[in-house]
Amino acid sequence: MKSESRLEKILASGQFALTGELGPPRGADADAVRKKARYLKGMVDAVNITDNQTAVVRMSSLAAGLIAKQEGLEPVCQMVCRDRNRIAMQSDILGAAALGVNTLLCLSGDHQKFGDHPGCKKVFDLDSIQLLSMVKAMRDEGRFQSGAEITVRPKMFIGAAANPFAEPHAFRVQRLAKKVAAGTDFIQTQCVYNMERFQTWLKQARDMGLTEKVYILAGVTPLKSLGMARYMKNNVPGMDVPKELIKRLQGVEKKDQAREGIAMCCEQIQHLREMQGLAGIHLMAIEWEHRVPEIVKQAGLLPRPEPEQA
Amino acid sequence: MIKAIIKPLEEIREMIAPYRRVLTIGCGGCVSLCIAGGQKEARSLNIKLHASQLPGSEAIFNDVTIERQCEQQFLAALDSRAGNYDAFISLACGAGVQFLAERFPHIPVFPGVNTQFVGITRDIGWYEERCKTCGDCVLGLTAGICPVTMCAKSLFNGPCGGPQDGHCEVDPDTPCAWIAIYERLQAQGRLESMNEIRPARNWQGQTPGRILVEEYRTRYVQDGDKS
Repeated sequence: MKSESRLEKILASGQFALTGELGPPRGADADAVRKKARYLKGMVDAVNITDNQTAVVRMSSLAAGLIAKQEGLEPVCQMVCRDRNRIAMQSDILGAAALGVNTLLCLSGDHQKFGDHPGCKKVFDLDSIQLLSMVKAMRDEGRFQSGAEITVRPKMFIGAAANPFAEPHAFRVQRLAKKVAAGTDFIQTQCVYNMERFQTWLKQARDMGLTEKVYILAGVTPLKSLGMARYMKNNVPGMDVPKELIKRLQGVEKKDQAREGIAMCCEQIQHLREMQGLAGIHLMAIEWEHRVPEIVKQAGLLPRPEPEQA
Repeated sequence: MIKAIIKPLEEIREMIAPYRRVLTIGCGGCVSLCIAGGQKEARSLNIKLHASQLPGSEAIFNDVTIERQCEQQFLAALDSRAGNYDAFISLACGAGVQFLAERFPHIPVFPGVNTQFVGITRDIGWYEERCKTCGDCVLGLTAGICPVTMCAKSLFNGPCGGPQDGHCEVDPDTPCAWIAIYERLQAQGRLESMNEIRPARNWQGQTPGRILVEEYRTRYVQDGDKS
């Protein structure tokens, strides 16, 4: 094992993994994290703690992750390149590892223009692939990015994101290959709604031998309403929501749309589980943590494996 | 070349309000070509400052434009008349303003333009940024399209997950730099360049830059001088 990560143990044991997501609060509110964590406990194998997603200030991923850990969850600390240079990143990685946060997801990050401080100075000292290389060298070679030696190595299970739906489509599997070469251990994808395109991408990854080298978890996000579906389709960059899904929600009364959205999500999960080369699901129930137990149960993903068994 | 835009008149008026004899100094270099700080703009600013004076004001506004404010020899042309003024407005880029202030340290110098970027002239009055002067050019690897400048996240290893219809997620009017790089490399038959990992770079420009061209080095640096 490369780390003490519960996610790594479950993936390495060959079991179909399930990760969730928890968005930290916009305040120094530990109870808000605890409340969300309790919905997720026992429902997912690990939970991503977002890092100021959409460039809106929230409690830090590491702090919220530690609170989630105290509640018995396995946090996946997200780290974006937007806000920190390599000194701050490495410092936080050492801190995370010292506090027992063993899983790190390396991201470029949403541009600050989308957030609540659009006039801030962007950092992007590294990009996500350079960040992956740095974390891997810290763990495997005991070296900082500068080359200097690390006294106690941060034993991180390293993750990255992939978007099979973004342009240029032909390059997307190559970008995955770059992330694998840079040192990622697992991948969580952008929300999958277009099954056909996802299957094409996954097949390309299989054909290149990438699914043998990296665990791929397919991202799914339940659509809470027709409004959300339209928003995802039209306003979220890099999101591919087919017309058929919109039509299906249009055919349902407003009060029943959430239920229909969950049903669609469970069908997507079933469909994905049958795909060769997929190691798990990353369930992003955005500000819907309390509905996760229902979704996970309905999708037939319970019970979750215990770490002892893993 | 360097591109700039003139500051709002109100901001300039506020800066020079305490001064009675003000000289507006245009620059015949870059800022003149982007119609922000040349002779015409210096004259035009002066007319506006003069016209917007309160009745009874005794302020004097003059203007002069020199070849380039980033060169000593041209600044020297101001030596004989500098003493006639309480303040300067420089319409040069930030470098020119500073060089002017360095030559006349006793005279307050105020910037009349906001320096924007190093860019190109698409057409008259239409300028676009192209270079962040990052100090370590990678254009040879990226088909002549700068990822530091043209990618909103300055990524080095290909496009992020956000482009929409070929455009940057940050600005729908801006083409995604990495899609453009991809397509041009593909057309040139050297797409494999994008599959290689570009390592973290050593950013330059973190302390004030200085160039001593090797052939001229002995002219400025004495033997035994560390620089």
